[in-house]
Order: sequence, then C-alpha cells, then structure tokens
Amino acid sequence: MMAGINMKSATSWMTLGVLVMFAVMPFLAPALGEPFYVKVFARVMIWSIAAISLNLIMGYGGMISFGHAVFLGIGGYSIGIASTHGLDNAWIQWPLAIGVCAVVGLIFGVISLRTRGVYFIMITLALAQMIFFLSVSAEQYGSDDGLNIWQRSEFGVAWFDLENALTMYYVIFAFLVAALFAMWRIVNSRFGLVVRGSRSNDLRMQAVGFPTYRYRLTAFVIAGVMCGIAGILQANFEKFVSPDMMNWPVSGELIFMVVLGGMGTLIGPVVGALVFLLLSEILKDITEHWHIIFGPFLVLVVLFARGGVVGLLTTGVSRE
Amino acid sequence: MSDALLSTASLRKSFGGVVAADGVSLEVVPGEIHAVIGPNGAGKTTLVNLLSGLLRPDAGDIVFDGRPVGRLSAAARVKRGLARSFQITSVLREFTAADNVALAIQARQGHSFKFWKPALEDLALRQPAATILAQVGLADRADIVAGNLAHGEQRQLEIAMVLATGPKMLLLDEPMAGMGIEESQRMIELLQDLKSQYTMLLIEHDMDAVFALADRITVLVYGRDIATGTPADIRANAEVRAAYLGASETD
Repeated sequence: MMAGINMKSATSWMTLGVLVMFAVMPFLAPALGEPFYVKVFARVMIWSIAAISLNLIMGYGGMISFGHAVFLGIGGYSIGIASTHGLDNAWIQWPLAIGVCAVVGLIFGVISLRTRGVYFIMITLALAQMIFFLSVSAEQYGSDDGLNIWQRSEFGVAWFDLENALTMYYVIFAFLVAALFAMWRIVNSRFGLVVRGSRSNDLRMQAVGFPTYRYRLTAFVIAGVMCGIAGILQANFEKFVSPDMMNWPVSGELIFMVVLGGMGTLIGPVVGALVFLLLSEILKDITEHWHIIFGPFLVLVVLFARGGVVGLLTTGVSRE
Repeated sequence: MSDALLSTASLRKSFGGVVAADGVSLEVVPGEIHAVIGPNGAGKTTLVNLLSGLLRPDAGDIVFDGRPVGRLSAAARVKRGLARSFQITSVLREFTAADNVALAIQARQGHSFKFWKPALEDLALRQPAATILAQVGLADRADIVAGNLAHGEQRQLEIAMVLATGPKMLLLDEPMAGMGIEESQRMIELLQDLKSQYTMLLIEHDMDAVFALADRITVLVYGRDIATGTPADIRANAEVRAAYLGASETD
C-alpha cells in the first residue's frame, strides 16, 4: 500500500514538474540563449496531446492503432481546407474539424473494432493510408506539396490573436493541460474502468454484462477527436499541412512515444513525446546519422524498461 | 415441467464436422442444482457457451425466465439474470479482488457512459462489493491484485463476480477445476450455501461434488443428452454406466 502511495505521488510530482517546465519555457529558453527551443516545446506539447489520445485506446484499452496519425491529418486539413476557402473563423473552423474527426473516428472504429490484435493493427493502418492517399491526390489542396495556411484561426477577440507567438504557445499549453485533466477523469470514471477492464479480459467483461464493443468504440472516437484537436493546433502553429503529417511513420512515432513514456500511465505519453523529440533534436545537432543512435536507444527502452520512462522512474527496472 | 427457469429445445451446434450439441433438450427447475456430466468432449462447455450467449446455436431454442433468449448477446442475457463462470479461471488479473467485484456490480447499475466521476471510490460500488467478497470468503483479500491470488481464491473471486451481477441463475463451468481437496471442499460448502438463493446449472468432473450437490443430473455424451434424473436414477441407469460411469471406473 505504501509503495502505491509513493508511486502515485511520484507521478503527480512528475506531472507537475513537466507542466511547470512547459509553462515557463517561453521565458526560460530565451533567457538561456536558446529561443529556438520555444518552438520545439510547442511542438512537443502538440505531439503530447496526440500521444495522450493514443494512450487512451492503446495503453488503457489495448487497441493498438497503427493509423492514429490520420486524425492529426484530418484535424489539420479541416483547418487548411476551410482557410483556403476563406473561412478563418475559429468558432466555425474548430467545431467543423472536431465534427469531421468524430465522424471519421466513428466510421473507422465501427470497421476496425470488429477485429483484434494484428488484424486491428493492419486495418487501422489501411484505413489511415486511404485518407493519406486521398490527401496526396487532392490537387486543389496541394497534393503532396501540402497546403499553406496564410491566416491562423481567428477568434474575433482583439487581445486573443493566434498570430501572436506567445498566445499561440499558451493556447497549446492550455489544451495540453485540459487533455491531461480530461484523461485523468476519464480513465478513473466508470467508463474508463470498462475500457480498462475490456483490455484486461474482454470475455469476462461481457460475461458480467458489459456490451464492451460500444464502450471501446466510444473510446476510439474520443481518442480520434482529441488527436484531431492536436491536428488543429499543429495546422495553426505550423501554418502548413501536408499528407506527411498523417503518413504511417507518424502513427508509428506516436506508438513509440506512448511506449517510451509509459503505456497506460497518465503522464507517460507527454514524457515520451518530450524525450522522443528532444533526443532527436539533440542527436541531429551531433550527427547527420542520428538514427544510428536513436534506433538502438528505443530498442533498449522497449527491452529493459517495460513501463517506459515513467515506469523506470517510479518503480525501477525490475518491474514485470 | 413448464415451470422450468431455463429450458432448451433441440439445441444444435456444430464446428465444421464436429457436432458439439446434437439436439440438447434440458429443463432446469427453479431452486435446484442441475448438474451436467459427461466424458471429455461431450460438449459440456459448448452447452454453457450456448446458454450464456458466447456461441450462437445453429438451431433450437433457449427459454429463460419465460422468454426466449437465444438471440440475445452475452451481456443482454446477464441483464436478464443468467450469469456464468468459466472453466479456465477468468478474472481481471490486473485489478484487485474488490475492483473485480465492483466492476460486476457496475455492470448491473445501468449504463457506464459516465466519464467524469471517479468510480474507484464510489461507495455505491464498493460497499456491495465488500459484502459479496465476504460472502465467498475473500473479505481479507479484497485489496490483493487478482493475478496474485491463489488458484482457489481466484475461483472464489469468479463466483463473487457472478453473484455481483445480481443473477437469478448461475451457470458454473467446472468451478472445482484444478482445485486441491481442501479447496474443493470449501467450494462445495459455498455452493451449498448459495443453493437456497440461486438456481444453478453445474458442469463438473468431480463426481463426489456432483453427487453431493446436485438435485438432478443430465448426462451428455457426444453432444446428446442420453439421460436426465435424480442422482439415484443416474447411478442406476445402465446406459449411463456403459457410456460414462462404467468407463471411468475401469480406467
């Protein structure tokens, strides 16, 4: 029992520490003479939101989607396409993007949740690649060159302008905090326990009376919407969307962030995104062939730190 | 026996060429423990899977509590009061014993599309869970992760989960499987206790347990119910002796 309490407070402190670091970065990085890192950390937060959403279905629900990045693309392209047609109003753009993500999430979920294990991985991959190729072939929206967004979403409030770098940064930060808080509530709610129970033993859950399919499907849609929000933020932050943001390697990277940080832990995906992106940034500075170092590092983490970085820091290596 | 709680008529199920249920007709009287015995491969587990809704019959009807349930999902049948245990222990191994039972209670308290309120401290789940754990003798094991419980305790926990669904009838698939003599004895006592409250269909290999508990026995051989009767009838039945009891005695 004591170990449980200590572990809980350890992860709470970690969560607080990470969030404080994000909060002060726009001031800390320039003070340290590295203003470039403000942008890096904004990206880390966007990826964190995407990884948090994947963690709901993968870490807590046992549904390993290999096509989760498609929601980054759909969220992003919804903004990009709306903007191309002169629709910059955030109050219309954002709900529209979220709605599209929810509908696609529902359709993809209905199709893919009929399968399990490796078939689920393959079918989510196939469905996502379908949308990827659709975006590649959409000539009016830039094909594989992507789509520039000339104007970030407008909220129509003078002091709240996403074109202001600091405002943009803290909007992303606010969404990260909201995502973490929502996830914390969801995974500990009745709904969350059904999803987690279904990962542990789906047949048993059905046999005590849970129609687990509809709960898993709902989780899939929630994860899709949350990842879509990350896509909305990414499109606004980069002022650019391209098919590459939803190609399958991106889905793979998201899986890696979740595993690296700690599957089925609240802060794990954020830590995973942070380590993944910072490390690749640092290694890129050292050598052009940074994958030679990065690859083995990821392999070692998977082999020797089953609980990811969070598991390593809270319970040690020998955990089963 | 039109007052049967559970009845099946000509239930059929085949897997490729293997007929696992070949027209099984069964009537379970309220308040009784109805045992189903038979040699390995007789189709006992298939029968439980058909009754609980994990398998769909190829033909035949299942009537529970006066209504046909043959087309309902497993979860919907549990809602009607027909709950089962598994031959191979099936609990949520990563959850504590209390969590396991609390989840089963949650299942009967309406839908679980409740996304915000913490469930692990919810007294509406925790208190009845504690009561049921005490009933099966696991009160002092409530906070142990199920995967770390002894085998016999996991079997008891499974019974607790079945009870937590608020059933009218229990389908127990070899509750004594893999248990030592002492553990089996405890399970027999538990089932005897529960007998006053629940109707049960009991699949069991342990003949001592079957004859100690059952009011009625059906013998299943190659997917066919060859005889049904009281324990005394079944002991005396020549066909049964030839097909099953006799065979096992000469082993």
